[in-house]
Amino acid sequence: MAEPRTMFEKIWDRACILTRDDGQSLLYVDRHLAHEGSGRGFARLRAEGRKLRRPDLTFGTADHYVSTRGPKLDDIADPEMRERVANCGPNAEEFGVTFFTLGDPRRGIVHVVGPEQGLTQPGLLIVCGDSHTSTHGALGAFAFGIGSTEHYHVMATQCLWQRKPKTMRINVEGERGFGVTAKDVILHIIGEIGAQGATGHVIEYAGSAIRGMSIEERLTVCNMSIEAGGRAGMIAPDETTFAYLKGKPFAPHGDDWKTAVALWKTLPTDAGAVFDREVTIDATGIAPTVTWGTSPENALPVTAAVPDPSAESDAGKRTALENAIDYMGLKPGTPLTDLSVDGVFIGSCTNGRLSDLRAAAAVAKGRKAKTQTIVVPGSGQVKAQAEAEGLDKVFTEAGMEWREAGCSMCCGFNGDIGKPQQRWASTSNRNFVGRQGPGVRTHLMSAAMAAAAAVTGKFTDVRDLEENT
Amino acid sequence: MEAFTTLTAVAAPFDRLNTDTDQITPGRFLKNWDADWAKVLFHDLRFTAKGKERRDFVLNQAPFREAKILVGNTNFACGSSRESAVHALVAYGFRAVIAPSFGDIFFGNSSKNGLLAFTQDAAICAKLREQLHADPGATMSIELEAQRFTGPDGSSYSFEIDGFRKHVLLNGLDDIELTMQYEDQIAKHEAGLKQEIPWIVG
Ligand code: SF4
Repeated sequence: MAEPRTMFEKIWDRACILTRDDGQSLLYVDRHLAHEGSGRGFARLRAEGRKLRRPDLTFGTADHYVSTRGPKLDDIADPEMRERVANCGPNAEEFGVTFFTLGDPRRGIVHVVGPEQGLTQPGLLIVCGDSHTSTHGALGAFAFGIGSTEHYHVMATQCLWQRKPKTMRINVEGERGFGVTAKDVILHIIGEIGAQGATGHVIEYAGSAIRGMSIEERLTVCNMSIEAGGRAGMIAPDETTFAYLKGKPFAPHGDDWKTAVALWKTLPTDAGAVFDREVTIDATGIAPTVTWGTSPENALPVTAAVPDPSAESDAGKRTALENAIDYMGLKPGTPLTDLSVDGVFIGSCTNGRLSDLRAAAAVAKGRKAKTQTIVVPGSGQVKAQAEAEGLDKVFTEAGMEWREAGCSMCCGFNGDIGKPQQRWASTSNRNFVGRQGPGVRTHLMSAAMAAAAAVTGKFTDVRDLEENT
Repeated sequence: MEAFTTLTAVAAPFDRLNTDTDQITPGRFLKNWDADWAKVLFHDLRFTAKGKERRDFVLNQAPFREAKILVGNTNFACGSSRESAVHALVAYGFRAVIAPSFGDIFFGNSSKNGLLAFTQDAAICAKLREQLHADPGATMSIELEAQRFTGPDGSSYSFEIDGFRKHVLLNGLDDIELTMQYEDQIAKHEAGLKQEIPWIVG
């Protein structure tokens, strides 16, 4: 019998064209996802007289630069960004690419749109010029972010040179407690293994807590694999995955569907396959989690207090903690629930899906926001569904802003940023210094926790609010 | 692309742990593809909100302004995939970065832009940074072919680099030409795709 293989190895073996003696493998890209930033690659293809090798395997959407204040091109204040977005349509037409640009109801954040449209499928090798491409692994794909040189290389050749990464399995076992979301699970994992805990590895998330998750929850988990240092994150496809994909516009149909499902069922890791590393996390011990510092690994239960750097024996780590506390304007020992917030951002490819908006709306319903709160759906489709359910009304009645789909304040490229020294509760994935605007202090948390912060004006254990209602 | 063979240059110590690429090139500069990347490098660490140099930042101190080698700390250039982080280091004049570990995407991008990045034991990196702080303007030398470098005090070390990256750097190669040498195999793979998973092919 053949050697037992991990799911990652099965996908790698299928996508691998050749491996050179020095260990570099030439991989074939099944899906190449583009966004506004890809305009540079199109310009270079034109300038160098090259063809886009596989327009049929290339898909794009406008997300990073679009305005969330209005649906039109003119709503984009910055002339350079406006031009980048304006170029998406003509570029796509010239090179024969399907591109969801402004005005297309399917437009949205690339990592929300891919699964939603069924472009993301089990077993595929997917790349995109954005580090959170790991998100797509939630459906059993091997998906990772690439830089602009690689992006251009894929445009021209549909291939990519890579060294085979190591494998790591994170088993999350047991039932999640009341009020504990997928975001809390992944923040907790990063807090446990560290921001470089998975460096050089592809993570497979497994265990009963993962199998019990919906696809949207799995997308949240895989999204933040990069914050743990991982090259990619993936989850074995199962009946939940097939049910999610069935009928999606770009998913296989008819006889192809049957062939596809049969193939997808062969993907999960074989019994006895060996991972380079294995970690087990107890899901029953996870509480609603927030980050307090400037690295995603600075994650703590909301019931905890700001740590004391003097307790850290390693001098380098102590300095890092001190710098983080200083930047975040905190005092060691302060309970996290004593911290008041100046703004709340609900959205991003981590937590901008329908289930996130529902969770936030459940908390917001009948309450009033005490601080500026921006709710940004992850895609046009999410926006339409949320509006059909009346979630937009819940948010606006709570005094929150209901915006157009896009990346918005996750990266702040489009000008959605906070002011220096403001403290923001954010459902995005990065709390780096200056990520959401110079001097802005970002605390990461789930959509429900962010909504709880909005209606109370400070960090609040959402379980207290939910139990009260 | 400029080939990398040997280099003797001023080295700068960069102590920060987990330096993410948002610190190397802040997001707000990315929309401008023709930005002055040398100026953008470490922008918010290097300059105040008013655009004045922060005196305590290492590259704002006289001998380090000329640095072509950076000795960093653990998890250097983690975070966002922005390749501008590599472009900015190269535009500033850096040719090599040494650190205990790197963000994966940055590491992959580095050699494609002629920047030599390699890892070295955390204790050695800490020692090098200490020596560079103690002797600002000290030089280090790197010989890529031999995979060796000398520290500011003249001690010699070896380093690891995979053969492919080394080859690309030594010859300043363009990736696309290299790949297209395998056109036959690529075409064969594409034909197989059409058989195995026809629904993804347009
Ligand atoms: S939402 Fe944030 S992390 Fe996701 S693609 Fe947009 S900028 Fe990147």
